[in-house]
Amino acid sequence: MRLDEIRDVLGCEVLTGGNHLEVEVDVVLASDGMSEILTCQSPGGLMITGLATVHSVRTADVGDLSAIVFVRGKRPNEKVVELARQKGIPLLATQLGMFDVCAILRERGLRGAL
Amino acid sequence: MADELLRREYHIQGRDFERAGESSTLIKEILKGVGIDPTLIRRAVVIVFEAEMNVVMYAEGGTVTLVLTEEEIRIEVADRGPGIPDIEQAMQEGYSTAADDMREMGFGFGMGLPNIRRNSDLFTISSDVGRGTTVQSSIRLDGHG
Repeated sequence: MRLDEIRDVLGCEVLTGGNHLEVEVDVVLASDGMSEILTCQSPGGLMITGLATVHSVRTADVGDLSAIVFVRGKRPNEKVVELARQKGIPLLATQLGMFDVCAILRERGLRGAL
Repeated sequence: MADELLRREYHIQGRDFERAGESSTLIKEILKGVGIDPTLIRRAVVIVFEAEMNVVMYAEGGTVTLVLTEEEIRIEVADRGPGIPDIEQAMQEGYSTAADDMREMGFGFGMGLPNIRRNSDLFTISSDVGRGTTVQSSIRLDGHG
């Protein structure tokens, strides 16, 4: 599934990386625990998290993940968005909760890495 | 032991959560620059990131040392801190002494040290209670750990 399709089905606002949304994603890592995310070697995976701090962006960078979707209306501050911009990691934000986001993406054929 | 091709050292400041992870980013760029396999880079950077977070969360400060030889990537993270009284317990997945504020930042779920070990071909940890902890990891470049 492409990131721009994910943006549309989850009703996401794009915080940065709007020009990198043609990227294809097939694996999802959903957690608020960053070490949990890093337990999986899933380069290109999509991170779903409620953790809107600098550490989520650093974790995505360390794990070579393709993008982050922040759930439950969480939004990172501008410094975090700037770091993601530098790293080329798209940030999306949705009002939906973690469960609904995972269910919607699962229905459309994405699979979990955790 | 094979000759060192490259050595870098980075200081980590305890409780500096904003800058935590910067050494990992720098090391990722260095290893990419010398053409190391991306899977091995990812393993090395997870090791550095987890170890950095441990220093930031628990210690006063510490040092990350990266050494590259023709055979391996070596990472040593040494901190000045409280040390670990029971290393066996600390190595168990899910065991943590983290405070709530650390968990709110997405860390302290007892996965850090196990993640470091999982990504290492050779792993040692030593600790002196009241003085500090040293973690040494090695990743073989031939991919046969």
